[in-house]
Amino acid sequence: MSAGGLPPDRLVALLRTMLLIRAFEELADELFAQGRVHGTMHLSVGQEAVAAGVCAALQPGDYILSTHRGHGHCLAKGADVRRMMAEFLGKATGYCRGRGGSMHIADVAGGNLGANGIVAGGLPIATGVGLSIRLRRSGQVCVAFFGDGAANEGAFHEALNLASIWELPVLFVCENNQYAMSMPVGRAMRVARVSDRAAAYGMPGVTADGMDVVAVYTVATELVARARQGGGPALLECVTYRYRGHSKSDRQRYRAREEVEAWRARDPIDRLRARLLAAGVLSAAAANQLAAEARAAVAAALAFAEASPEPDPATLLEGVYA
Amino acid sequence: MSTATGGTEVGVRELSYAEAIREALRQAMHADERVILLGEDIGVYGGAFGVTDGLLEEFGPERVRDTPISEAAITGCAIGAAVTGLRPVVEIQFMDFITLAMEQLVLQAAKMRYMFGGTVTVPMVLRTPAGAGTGAAAQHSGSLEAWFAHVPGLKVVAPATPADAKALLLAAIADPNPVIVVEHKLLYRTRGPVPEAPAPAPLGVAAVRREGRDVTVVATSVMVPRALTAAERLAAEGVDVEVVDLRTLRPLDAETPAASARKTGRVVVVYEAVKTLGIGAEVAARLVEGETFYHLKAPVVRLGGAECPIPYNRTLERAAVPQEEDIVAAVRQVLAEG
Ligand SMILES: Cc1ncc(C[n+]2csc(CCOP(=O)(O)OP(=O)(O)O)c2C)c(N)n1
Repeated sequence: MSAGGLPPDRLVALLRTMLLIRAFEELADELFAQGRVHGTMHLSVGQEAVAAGVCAALQPGDYILSTHRGHGHCLAKGADVRRMMAEFLGKATGYCRGRGGSMHIADVAGGNLGANGIVAGGLPIATGVGLSIRLRRSGQVCVAFFGDGAANEGAFHEALNLASIWELPVLFVCENNQYAMSMPVGRAMRVARVSDRAAAYGMPGVTADGMDVVAVYTVATELVARARQGGGPALLECVTYRYRGHSKSDRQRYRAREEVEAWRARDPIDRLRARLLAAGVLSAAAANQLAAEARAAVAAALAFAEASPEPDPATLLEGVYA
Repeated sequence: MSTATGGTEVGVRELSYAEAIREALRQAMHADERVILLGEDIGVYGGAFGVTDGLLEEFGPERVRDTPISEAAITGCAIGAAVTGLRPVVEIQFMDFITLAMEQLVLQAAKMRYMFGGTVTVPMVLRTPAGAGTGAAAQHSGSLEAWFAHVPGLKVVAPATPADAKALLLAAIADPNPVIVVEHKLLYRTRGPVPEAPAPAPLGVAAVRREGRDVTVVATSVMVPRALTAAERLAAEGVDVEVVDLRTLRPLDAETPAASARKTGRVVVVYEAVKTLGIGAEVAARLVEGETFYHLKAPVVRLGGAECPIPYNRTLERAAVPQEEDIVAAVRQVLAEG
């Protein structure tokens, strides 16, 4: 079987990535419910295909910039799940030594220039990364993830315009999960698709089914290749859904349970799993084994994080300046 | 509802800080149909901290307007509405996001009246939650009030009690100038007596929250209740602390702290924002610039936030902003010095 030109082992890898993201977030949710997490968090359960599909289209040396809902992007870009969990719990062994937490996880060595607590905050930075890639002639590509809500910030428009006039190798990836907190995308903009806005900046705008990891991978691969060859930036909109509330304080009064259920029926993990089973690439036992491995990996990450030290308060002022 | 019970004044009930703000908004909206609300998720969601809960149902989507995530547009929109006859009240979801509205606030709202020779007024209010303590980390925990207090043309208030949250917000709405109301996240659930009647408090008047003879603690926002508990602890050791709540940062009431300093001779200024170039520097300078200087028995002590962004980890976060024990230590320091 091959889908989107992908051999079976790559398809299995996509499934593995999505399972890891989901296992991480389900455990994160549990830890939060147990009062073991300080602060808030934003889960991307339901949106795994976007992170997995886009990052699979990248080379290890490429860059991403992520959002407040960034656990999936971080894992899909190859972060060490143990150091992620440690950061999530604010430990000294975490990616940001406990300073960042869920919303600011960065794995700079792995090409992840950071999650971001500011909606659309990463987009102009991505443009700058694109400029640096061009001037250094390094052949890399930069992906900026953002939500549908972010597309209404001035920074979105300014970043796309600049990337476009300078033909920078940046792929702007909108995770259109239908809501910005409580604001439905249709009430926040008068164009049908976020990708329609690309026209205003003279770049390609493509909308993909964000619940289908192969579809995401396929378009992302094309647009990344185009950017790498000097074709300039593009705007990729992935239509997806978040199953959980916006954050931990969300009473979800803005949407109906039936709507959530309808989207769950299109779950990206179930969908790829079914496809692989039908094609005989995976047996049910092997698929279950993959899910168990993902859960074991995050459980081991939790053990690592729990055994890790708290940051020393004497180090409070370290890192403000170099 | 408004009967006196057990020594409480007529019409005074216990409300949370968040409820007190909501009551101010409701009363202002009932009293004046020019008052409208603008902000992200303030409608059916009820605001990120639940402050505007129920107002959409009561006043409808014309006057309680959910906006896209567009802080600059929201703020500029409020300016435009304000100069043409409305009284907009904007909610910026976290004070940190005010950076996205900076140009509209600082370059437009603050200067417009002056630049136009006094021919317009900009009667808008911007409410926003500030502060650390919720594990929200560096981009959601800022206390940026000093930035705005530095700008002529803006007014800045920082209520510490539910009653003040209501009274100062009502005053801000009635004020013909742009006013920034800094609400502290940790105060939203604190409760206290709030008069039911819509009575604005004057802007620019500090309050003595606790009388004392030995040391004056001048505090803002969440540091006021923290200073009051510190004062109780010190009282048990025989130290009598007076606590002054600044309430408004601009216009700044320099006289109330000065009068207190002339009485006690010793002053600690405590605030959550980064210590350097903060409100404490201004308060201390006002005390030593004038006649009050000669009444001081010890140098003024400033107690502010650490010189770093707010970290995520709980222990580090706590260490980054003044806590009750830090206030106790600062009072001991000022006592030891003279
Ligand atoms: C500049 C700014 N404004 C507001 C917020 C508060 N906020 C955080 S996430 C969010 C909704 C973002 O929606 P979207 O961009 O669609 O991303 P999603 O949460 O759906 O992934 C809001 C309003 C913020 N973090 N930054």
